[in-house]
Amino acid sequence: MKNGFSVFVAAFIALGLSWFGFVLGPAKQLGREKQTAVLNSSDTYPLQPIGNATLGLQVYRANGCAACHTEQVRQDGVVCDVVLTAAGKKPTVVSNLVSTLKLTGLTKDEADAVSDQITAAGGNVETHIIPVGVDIARGWGLRQSVAADFLYDTPVQLGSLRAGPDLANVGARLPDANWQLVHLYAPSTVAKNSAMPPFRFLFEVRKLGDAPSPDALQFPQGFAPPAGCEVVPTPAAKQLVAYLLSLKADAPLYEAPFTPVTTKP
Amino acid sequence: MNPTKTKNFSASEIDASCRVPLLALFGGAALWLVAGLALSLAAIMTFHKPDMFADCPLLTYGHAQAAANDALLYGFCIPAGLGVMLWIFARLSQTELALPMMPVVAANIWHVGVLIGTVAILIGDSTGFAWLEYSRSASVLLFAAFLLIAISAVATFGARRERELYPSQWFLLAALFWFPWIYSTANLFLTIHHPVRGVAQAAIDYWFSDNLVFVWLALVGVGTAFYFLPKLAARPLHSSYLALFAFWTLILFGTWCGIPQGAPLPAWMPAASAVASSLLILPLIAIAVIACKTVCGANVTCKGGPFCYVKFGTSAFILSGLMLIASACPQFSRVTEFTWFGPAQAQLQILGFFTIVMSGAIYELLPRVMGFGLPFPKFVRAQHWLFMLGILLWAGSLAVGGVEQGMRLGNPQTPFADSTNVALIFLRVGTTGLLFILLGSLLFAANIFAMTFKWKLALVKTVITFIKSPLKITEVKS
Repeated sequence: MKNGFSVFVAAFIALGLSWFGFVLGPAKQLGREKQTAVLNSSDTYPLQPIGNATLGLQVYRANGCAACHTEQVRQDGVVCDVVLTAAGKKPTVVSNLVSTLKLTGLTKDEADAVSDQITAAGGNVETHIIPVGVDIARGWGLRQSVAADFLYDTPVQLGSLRAGPDLANVGARLPDANWQLVHLYAPSTVAKNSAMPPFRFLFEVRKLGDAPSPDALQFPQGFAPPAGCEVVPTPAAKQLVAYLLSLKADAPLYEAPFTPVTTKP
Repeated sequence: MNPTKTKNFSASEIDASCRVPLLALFGGAALWLVAGLALSLAAIMTFHKPDMFADCPLLTYGHAQAAANDALLYGFCIPAGLGVMLWIFARLSQTELALPMMPVVAANIWHVGVLIGTVAILIGDSTGFAWLEYSRSASVLLFAAFLLIAISAVATFGARRERELYPSQWFLLAALFWFPWIYSTANLFLTIHHPVRGVAQAAIDYWFSDNLVFVWLALVGVGTAFYFLPKLAARPLHSSYLALFAFWTLILFGTWCGIPQGAPLPAWMPAASAVASSLLILPLIAIAVIACKTVCGANVTCKGGPFCYVKFGTSAFILSGLMLIASACPQFSRVTEFTWFGPAQAQLQILGFFTIVMSGAIYELLPRVMGFGLPFPKFVRAQHWLFMLGILLWAGSLAVGGVEQGMRLGNPQTPFADSTNVALIFLRVGTTGLLFILLGSLLFAANIFAMTFKWKLALVKTVITFIKSPLKITEVKS
């Protein structure tokens, strides 16, 4: 390199290429994303969060919760299960056939072959798509996190460290608002071995008035606030919990398909 | 550039021209180094005693950690790097620092900006983007201050006597251009009123963090090492062709790294990042070869002096680069993603590589710039040992703890609490390391401030003697 201009050109080319790739590219590809359709349903996903849930994201941001919690579930792939829904006109033939076949943990091609066989024998089958992976086995999510999950979040709080569990689906996993509040106030009372610091500054301990506040925390057995006092969440705590409860990545999407487990009445 | 200017500057004249700007940059930087490490310590205390800051929102882990990282990066690394850069430019250009008032003003704006940003994070006004947490008002100040310093640096570079460029100048010049681009991009896409939508935010933040924490620090740190290694070893730089190769490959591949493998982004992005990261091995090998061939066989014993600093820092850079490559490798990242391994790499890059190279460079250049020796020369060696041990303990235990944590995270039969508990042991060991580094930084700050004080005292004395001295006869007559 002979002069300053050639250094400038070199840096311009190198940084410019990655700028087009990793800044302009995603801004064009993802920056104008819209709601997508939920598979096998007329619903759209995600729904725009409202009220306290939106404000709660700002509490989450301000307290740097993403320093310890991720909001992304990883997935290794999917397996297919073939489920017999109706035995058809020749139930004995079908049930004999079914008992000889492997119906769970199949690849897509295997599942198609098996369901063809059973359909030919007269049975009706459904193929269920089941995501697999460590995070899913831990119960942290039903499927991997995808871009659509974060459509309405600003700032997007993906996180990069799991000093605490993943929160991508915490609203579906732990839907009890009181549990969430108690957990924020004194984590070890509801979660054994928790390393989470208590967030007492989000709560107010105050003297019991004539009647207990409707918002006061309901503590589990063995833990109580000081005598004659009650613990009441501040607006920030309520917003934070509303946000946590709004975290539900539970819709099957084109890019992350799965078959929801429905409990039949 | 200016043929009419024919005056030859002596080395001491060049050094003297840098004095005030460098003191302004380094003084604040030393303060932020101590403050950042103290905040880091406060942050890690949460893992020793979780309810320590339960009633004090200012210093909870989420606040203190972000403030500590940014204070180290923006408060120490960048101003220290810029100061060393100005001096190297002036020396290599064989000319006095151009527009010396600009960096002085800029240094003050910069440090005020860092202060505003740090306070904003602590009171909960961070932007929520990693390595870009400073609020908008602080970002504007930092950007303006950087431009002012860059103007002075480019003017000095333009006035150079030697037309042929030395490898350090490529790296440092590229860094001057790098920061305004990435910082303005990140702020315009992320921290304005209507930021880009959805996960594109995360993608841009990954790009920015990699380009600042890995590429920018690498450009400035390696550029500085390429200046000081040959100088201190009293041997020429091994090969400028290899340096050219290292420069090109570093800026071409380094800038595409940093997208985690499991990120919920279109699959081409983590894939492109993994390819670029594996190619990053090329500049790492080139830099390692240059450093080894320049240093090995040199007849210089370092005895804990600046030479030791720069050698240790360069090795830490190679190690940090290898960790970056490892965490982009899909098999390895399945274990280490979302663990303390990532923070270990960042800490090694910032403290083990950049801070040590800069401390060494500052210890080497500051006595020349000030015109008198270090007030506490013994601190240099003590700081070297404290830093070296501290980094090994701190980054080492985070990295090993991260792998242990990842192995437990990766097994769904192991309860989640096991993975955090195993990391806790390593975090506690690492805290000792952090304490060592904090002690070392206090020695560094002591040297810098004692020098500033000594210089100011001398300045006052000169003024007093000037006032007291009898008037010259010629002045009386006129």
